[in-house]
Amino acid sequence: MSRFLTDPELPFCKGCGHHLIVRNTVKALEAIGVQPLDVVLVTDIGCHGIVDGNFATHTVHGLHGRSVALGAGMAMALPPQKKVVVYIGDGGATIGLQHILEAARLNVDLTVVVHNNMLYGMTGGQPSGLTPEGFRTVLTPQGYPFPHHDLPRLVHDAGAPFAARVVGLGDFSDVLRQALETEGFALVEVLEICVSYGVKMNPDLRLKELAQQAGYEPGVWTRPSRPAFRPVPRETSSLLDMEPVEVRYTSPLEGRYALVLGGSAGEGVQQAAELLAQTAIAAGLHATKKGSYPVTVGVGFSTAEVVLSRPPIFYHGVTQPDAVVITSADGLENQRERIRKMAGGILWLDASLPVPETGAEVRVRDFRGRAGARNAAVYALWTFLQETGVIPAEAFAETVRRSSLGQHIPENLLK
Amino acid sequence: MNPATSHPVLTDGSRLIAEACVRAGADAYVGYPITPASLIFFYASRRFPIALAAPDEITALQWMAGLAAAGHLPVSATSFPGFALMVESFNMAYMMELPMLVVLAQRLGPATGTATAGAQGDLLLLDGLISGGYPFPVFCIADIEDCWTLPPIALRTAVDLRTPVVLLTSKEMVMTQERVDLAALPPIEPVRRTFYEGPGPYCTYGADENLVPPFLPVGNDRHQVRLNASTHDRCGIIQHTSDEAMANTRRLQQKVEARTPVLYELDEQEGAQALVVAYDITAGAAREAIWALRAEGTPVSLLIPKTLLPVPAVYADIIDRYPRVVIAEENLQGHLAHLLFGRRIPPHVRLVGAIGRMVRPDEIAEAVR
Repeated sequence: MSRFLTDPELPFCKGCGHHLIVRNTVKALEAIGVQPLDVVLVTDIGCHGIVDGNFATHTVHGLHGRSVALGAGMAMALPPQKKVVVYIGDGGATIGLQHILEAARLNVDLTVVVHNNMLYGMTGGQPSGLTPEGFRTVLTPQGYPFPHHDLPRLVHDAGAPFAARVVGLGDFSDVLRQALETEGFALVEVLEICVSYGVKMNPDLRLKELAQQAGYEPGVWTRPSRPAFRPVPRETSSLLDMEPVEVRYTSPLEGRYALVLGGSAGEGVQQAAELLAQTAIAAGLHATKKGSYPVTVGVGFSTAEVVLSRPPIFYHGVTQPDAVVITSADGLENQRERIRKMAGGILWLDASLPVPETGAEVRVRDFRGRAGARNAAVYALWTFLQETGVIPAEAFAETVRRSSLGQHIPENLLK
Repeated sequence: MNPATSHPVLTDGSRLIAEACVRAGADAYVGYPITPASLIFFYASRRFPIALAAPDEITALQWMAGLAAAGHLPVSATSFPGFALMVESFNMAYMMELPMLVVLAQRLGPATGTATAGAQGDLLLLDGLISGGYPFPVFCIADIEDCWTLPPIALRTAVDLRTPVVLLTSKEMVMTQERVDLAALPPIEPVRRTFYEGPGPYCTYGADENLVPPFLPVGNDRHQVRLNASTHDRCGIIQHTSDEAMANTRRLQQKVEARTPVLYELDEQEGAQALVVAYDITAGAAREAIWALRAEGTPVSLLIPKTLLPVPAVYADIIDRYPRVVIAEENLQGHLAHLLFGRRIPPHVRLVGAIGRMVRPDEIAEAVR
């Protein structure tokens, strides 16, 4: 008995091609000179998958169609001398086609052996994506009406260095050996006919002639070798290497102040609000900032909520804003309902906009005309601070000047 | 705050989660972008020793399982649409007993819902996630400090129990920027991993009385490892329903129930007749409500559960001490309330819920009054 097996009695139907795949796999493994613990056999769901117990290698029995992705995770982590072999059926290859193509594209160091017995054998003989046109199954007794996927060509197109198709008769271990010796992704499709369902529904067909009729061309498709994808752990630096916000201003605020800034995407609303929150911290306050925008990036509204507070902030939602600052029509439209419900507070509104229904005090200012669309948000917040003194406006101007925005702000805008 | 030793910055929970994971020993991140978890992916891509971009969330979980099988400690973050794709693979990792962490950042559903709106809508999904109703550890972040302190606990639990773990959070928790004093963050001890060093044969699922089998990566040179997502015996060999296999399956529940850390905050006030229970983003609103109620002279207590699943028995003990209970969460159904009381909510329990916005402190306070 081979050192790669613990039990030579395989759990397959008499005459099933899976026997031959196991024997040829074992022969190929012996040929490349590895030891059983150098090999991880990953199996899928299907008759082939119950063979784990016969192997003396590491064995991993996963989900239907996912064995290639599961094996890929292992292959990325194991050194090149370890061989990850994936057994998968035609049904598993159908459900997991994306995983196969992705592993081929990345050149993950795997050897995938597709047991293509033309149908789902474990569940009663239903057709798969690899069932050839005209092949009879329990669901298609008149013959399967669609062409099959050509897996070796698909993975070849996806970048696999090695792809092959063999008729599952006799000794095909040399093809498996070549696959195992490939640096990176290799796939071998082995053609069989399921003896329980395929032969019963297609009693006159012989494997070689079926392969020929179906256009299942045996062959080997190769590409020049390229490095296998094996991510190397890298040194990284802490995400907390951040400049502290220096507390060097003061604020008269004793309680909590909530501000809503509404404008248009791409006009610096979020950055302006973030700079306001940073300034609040520099003034010894607690601050939170959150953004709201549609799922489309770059168009539509962009709204930010900033809470400034002397005591710690546990709830950073804004129920009744003390201030709403609107710099564009998008922002006004998005905040119209909130503005309508305001019974107090102050609404700063760009001069280009119609005054909406509100119970707030309305202050119309020429944000866009004075600062342009790109700087309207920053200018509006500076104006708000000038008029309220919640935080010194000069502190905000200084924060802006020190930020990446600083070089884009006209010198006299925030004075 | 001592200005001489403080280090205030404006940042978000996503940054703290990613950094805390790495400091705790997580060494691989597998991501697929989805709002509101994409910020974690962004930070993780800069910080994790290995950071991989998967083509979909099924692949992400499978790659994580493969990495975990080979000895890594992987992390991903997602939201419901992505998590839905992960469910079968999460079950696989649970059955194979592979340690990993999934950060689940909730957003408004159903389905795609509103990607940029928060919610607390996935707790009941987690309760029934494993086919058969088997429990797995779910911890929940209640404030930005938890973004720092809970990932290491979640990762340690994943390793100690050999199980996938979910760290539950939500959009407003991981995307809101706030003032954080970096100098006040406690140090993080890396998770210690031990691998089986005994003689062969090694049985992948051979647990002793502590219910958790020792771990050994696939590909090692010493002993054969057999991992199996199907029903299996102690050595990982597929079984139908043998006694040994059923005992192994029962053990999965037993280990999680016996060994999941119980984490919660309890702020009890003498004379309080009401208890507020809130978790995730609503914990903040509950804290403000408690503060306001006490300021007006209404005694009230607060329970913030951080271990959500399996539901710790102590929560029932605490709740039973109060004639009135208010449970606040950002959904319409009362997910935690359902876990605590089932479908028949007792008359002394009031639910406060909302969708499309955060639960407000005044709503909680009103329910207490």
